[in-house]
Amino acid sequence: MRYLPKSDSERREMLAACGVGSAEELFAHLPEAVRLKRPLDLAPGISEYEVVDYFRARAADNANGYASFLGAGVYNHFRPVLVDTVVSRGEFLTAYTPYQAEISQGTLTSIFEFQTMICQLTGMDVANASMYDGSTAVPEAAMMAVRATGKGRVLVANTLHPEYRQVLRTYARNQGMPVEEFGYVPDAGTIDLEDLDRKMDDLTAAVIVQSPNFFGIVDQVKAAAEIAHQRGALLIVVFTEAVSLGLLEPPPGADIVAGELQSFAISPSYGGPYAGIIAAREKLIRQMPGRLVGQTVDTHGNRAFCLTLSTREQHIRREKATSNICTNQALIALMATVFMTVYGKQGLRELAEQNVAKSHYLAGQLKPRFCGRFFNEFVAKVENPEALNKTLLRKKIIGGLPLGRFYPELSDSMLFCATETSHKVEMDLVVQAVGVSRAEVLA
Amino acid sequence: MITKVRQHLSQNEGLLFERSSPGKRAYQLPELDVPAVNAAEALGADNVRPEIEDFPEVSEVEAIRHFTRLSTWNHAIDYGMYPLGSCTMKYNPRINELVARIEGLAWAHPYQPEALAQGSMEVMARLESALAEITAMDAVTLQPAAGAHGELTGILLIRALLEKRGNPRKKILIPDSAHGTNPATAAIAGYAVENVKSSESGVLDVSALEHLVTDDVAALMVTNPNTLGVFEENIIHVAEILHAKGALLYMDGANMNALVGIARPGDFGVDVLHLNLHKTFSTPHGGGGPGAGPVAVKKALEPFLPIPRLKRAGKKWAWDYKRKHSIGRVRSFYGNFGVLVRALAYILAHGGPGLRNATVDAVLNAVYIRKQLEPYYDLPYPSPNMHEVVFSDDRQAKAGVRTGDLAKRLIDYGFHPYTVSFPLIVHGALMIEPTETESKLELDQFIEAMISIAKEVESDPQMVKNAPYGTRTSRVDEVTAARKPVLRWKPGL
Amino acid sequence: MYPEKFKYTKEHEWVLVEGDTGTIGITDHAQQELGDIVYVDLPKPGTKLEKGKSLGSVESVKAVSDIYAPVGGEVSEVNGSLAESPEKLNEDPHGSAWLVKVKLSAPAEVNGLMSAADYQAYIGAEK
Repeated sequence: MRYLPKSDSERREMLAACGVGSAEELFAHLPEAVRLKRPLDLAPGISEYEVVDYFRARAADNANGYASFLGAGVYNHFRPVLVDTVVSRGEFLTAYTPYQAEISQGTLTSIFEFQTMICQLTGMDVANASMYDGSTAVPEAAMMAVRATGKGRVLVANTLHPEYRQVLRTYARNQGMPVEEFGYVPDAGTIDLEDLDRKMDDLTAAVIVQSPNFFGIVDQVKAAAEIAHQRGALLIVVFTEAVSLGLLEPPPGADIVAGELQSFAISPSYGGPYAGIIAAREKLIRQMPGRLVGQTVDTHGNRAFCLTLSTREQHIRREKATSNICTNQALIALMATVFMTVYGKQGLRELAEQNVAKSHYLAGQLKPRFCGRFFNEFVAKVENPEALNKTLLRKKIIGGLPLGRFYPELSDSMLFCATETSHKVEMDLVVQAVGVSRAEVLA
Repeated sequence: MITKVRQHLSQNEGLLFERSSPGKRAYQLPELDVPAVNAAEALGADNVRPEIEDFPEVSEVEAIRHFTRLSTWNHAIDYGMYPLGSCTMKYNPRINELVARIEGLAWAHPYQPEALAQGSMEVMARLESALAEITAMDAVTLQPAAGAHGELTGILLIRALLEKRGNPRKKILIPDSAHGTNPATAAIAGYAVENVKSSESGVLDVSALEHLVTDDVAALMVTNPNTLGVFEENIIHVAEILHAKGALLYMDGANMNALVGIARPGDFGVDVLHLNLHKTFSTPHGGGGPGAGPVAVKKALEPFLPIPRLKRAGKKWAWDYKRKHSIGRVRSFYGNFGVLVRALAYILAHGGPGLRNATVDAVLNAVYIRKQLEPYYDLPYPSPNMHEVVFSDDRQAKAGVRTGDLAKRLIDYGFHPYTVSFPLIVHGALMIEPTETESKLELDQFIEAMISIAKEVESDPQMVKNAPYGTRTSRVDEVTAARKPVLRWKPGL
Repeated sequence: MYPEKFKYTKEHEWVLVEGDTGTIGITDHAQQELGDIVYVDLPKPGTKLEKGKSLGSVESVKAVSDIYAPVGGEVSEVNGSLAESPEKLNEDPHGSAWLVKVKLSAPAEVNGLMSAADYQAYIGAEK
């Protein structure tokens, strides 16, 4: 097998040095009852070319060459070529977690830069080196708030991504953390502040809001902050579309920001791996889960970086750790770092502006259902979402997400996303198809 | 005499923010084919930020130089061995990188119609099936994003089953040799942790365990082979004790590299385990992730698996959300699909016989290292070891040199250190796992280095204590980094 | 080396009783074992402590140790200087780096603790 770098004669030499006659003797100490007495029922190993063929055939069974108007937490954006160039370097790809600072300064320096850029984007004081994804960053943020406030309950907007809410509930159930949802205003598509206020109490550790929310709408973050802070709760703001931070004000009044960086040069890849982040105010530093890289000096006074505040983490604190997270998403975070570097201050803004232009062009012809202001996603009323999507598939276009599966009251609506990768021609085809299906319904 | 490495020049490089200058750019977007929109009008003037303050602006050349220079300051598997115990730092096959990037797989949106995602679903189904065969379990979920995430999923499954039976119980037993994620996970799952002491031979103390397993115990979390690299010889008996009391056996699969093709957890009484694809199955560590932590279960736990599950609908795959006993989701979408692709590529390339051969070589390499180093380093537990071996720094400690110092000196010899100070049951531990993808030359160089260091401790302990000498930075001040944390760059810093 | 007027615990805490106030700290032996201290986690004034239960923790770079209350009572004062300068705990553990002062709930609890001589012997034996 080409990955095993020993010749048979070398194996024989080594076995002799170990004082055994055959490799099987190395396992002789295992109890008879545990030993597998047959070969594994797996096909024999195949060549490199056959491995490629296998996956090419699988890829052919997926959509190829389709335009797509899906968003809903995963976004199509251009991936700068530099991203794969950098992450394919063996020194980044095959390096370990930077516990040994002296020989990991490359990884540590880039994480420090990453932490800085996330703070700059979100307006927070401190950011960690990544969580698994946006969906798991939410319960981690909620648990931070519980630790910090000493209170037990969490209020979450139902305009937070439905799957993120599901994940929150899975974690919360086992922490004895009650989770209650508050709703949205039917014509605006923004959070119902009255509903939030009614449900708010002094036992609430955190209010969780997403902006832009699942409907793509820029939400009432400042107002939510006031309600939360008045009763001694923290405000957690979640984002799923990182590009929005190129244009949108950092969430005002947020104590913790939890989000997903998939938009930053991370391929959609059927759901993962992605990279979540948690960023927070200074006072919450010691409640942060995950790895943190700090600046320091070596014995000669040269600037150097190292993992720090490790006593929060599982390998030291064990059952009292702030989280059980060990492996995170370092290489994915590096992709995001390269993306942020390539676009930079002006580029991220221009990219966000293009997204707004594209989505508003499409929305202008489809009539959004909500009057709230939106970034690159919006909800449109469509008589028969499934039928529309069938029509669009025939034109090699994947349409928006029918919302009935997550919001029964919106089964006559779809969530459309247009990014800098969407072409006018494709958007015009969508508008045409919607017009046709509208006509069919009326006929 | 150090023969594996020699010093050479590596470029200095500041932070991106220190290279930044207004107007420099590394990007160009296509011209808009639709009308531009005034952001303040569209989003509301209050919602639009004036700028991203202090965000860097650099050119493409500077970007490439920046990251390339940084990369040269890292050690990596591509350079040489990482003898890190329980990390399984094996070769990351490059073919895996290619297949994960094939367009139809890399650009699949998790919400695209199932009819247009059959390729991805087939990949996942094939991997589930292979992992079930490797572990002798009945069902597999690929949702968890990492080992610790898999552990949490596994414990939640146990809780769900016990709840269905009428009593979720209160505590989880964890050996004192366990990895830190185990007790951290138990706590997050809402269980109290009770430590189980290891016996004098380093394995679970079965008679002590018998007393500890009460009706309050939900499960025992065990790593097998354990963190000493020693197979838990009484594991079948342990499983029986637990099962007799209605408790379950959870296995942390971090050390599967010693078992693939040789022994299967489902055959020795394990009810649920997680696997680390970024360990046993070669997916790259990437400086700390991503990984994937699939969970494999016996039939009794299958109804509780996270949703959605893959199911066969005629000739096609479909996602099944209608599972009323499921614990719910542990993350959005389906799993770290890109990592799953890499793991399946690894399995296909090896095949059944290849996987077994890899395990044999992994164990051979570790036993070889043990035999060569036994005369020089204290071996606290003499039981046969499998894919890793644990020494202690007892001998060297007499001269005031500890495992951390030895590790730093090993860097001067061109190696990444072994795992320092873990497991906790060994004072001053040196935990060494070579993996199967190390050549005899690399192993011999490692052995030579360790022997040379042992001799250096005898002749010049102070020199060893102040290592490393050859690295770009000398020892970093971790104390100040913790006392006065500086976690981001700021202008004027 | 170990002040006579202090009483000591097996977990390496000391307590100085003056009337119904107890001042609590960790011993020089403890700070040596911990190495460079980077952070101290202490309770707020008003917190009720129970003898033998954890009142907070001390952190070095690579380890955390719980601090156990040698006697029970209500926290009346917390040493604020340790937040800025945790290294004081390494420099002066028996003096300026006291941790908390408590209003004793059961002054007799102190009778079960070790004298300086007993503590000295105890740590001598531990080695």
